[in-house]
Amino acid sequence: MSATIEYGKKEIRVYLDGEIDHHSACLIRVSIDEAIMRKRPSLLIMDFGKVGFMDSSGIGLVMGRYKAMKSVSGRIRVENLSPSAYKVMKLAGLERLGEIKQREVV
Amino acid sequence: MNTTNELKLQFDSKSINEGFSRVAVCAFVASLDPNIEELTDIKTAVSEAVTNAIVHGYREKEGKIYITVSIFENNIIRIKIRDKGVGIEDIEKAMEPLFTTSDDERAGLGFAVMESFMDKLKVSSRVGFGTTVTMEKKIRGKKL
Repeated sequence: MSATIEYGKKEIRVYLDGEIDHHSACLIRVSIDEAIMRKRPSLLIMDFGKVGFMDSSGIGLVMGRYKAMKSVSGRIRVENLSPSAYKVMKLAGLERLGEIKQREVV
Repeated sequence: MNTTNELKLQFDSKSINEGFSRVAVCAFVASLDPNIEELTDIKTAVSEAVTNAIVHGYREKEGKIYITVSIFENNIIRIKIRDKGVGIEDIEKAMEPLFTTSDDERAGLGFAVMESFMDKLKVSSRVGFGTTVTMEKKIRGKKL
């Protein structure tokens, strides 16, 4: 699991890569929170395009970052979810916290 | 129901084993030729149960996790995931969506995911002795 962080003018984009479970989520959330606190962006985009597997730890990861973004008065957007990751996010009702988009099927 | 094939696994309750255990279960049931959605459902449900055993059962302390996967004649698989951890006092409350005893950014949706991704879910537990999660799913295989 890795997270690549790209800094825009007012936004931060995080490209997640690999499998998200309880083990890996613990490792990457610190680096994302550090970026949020340092840059205080108005928008955080979490890109799940390269996430091959995700369990409910992915929900915790998004909810935790939503709270972090709220503390700097920013928003969150989740992009490129696989159909199954989208299913897990919907189960949690995460669309109430921010925009949630499924991967486009090619 | 007659068992046609069975797998038993025992491993340490370390979070690094979450990935191994879900992949091992899926590799075993692959003989039934499940479709990708079924495989992902099983993988996710196993990941939730094993994470529960590590985080809640053993409270991140060392212990053993035991998995038994049974395949039955009618393409039904049963996955039993057992720990000898602290046990659950109130199972009904533990199964409520969003309920969690952990402050470590857990969404409290483990059982909800297991329930919605598998056909059957049974949780039995005894405080001080541990918890057993039993899940069943019928494998339908390739979609036409």
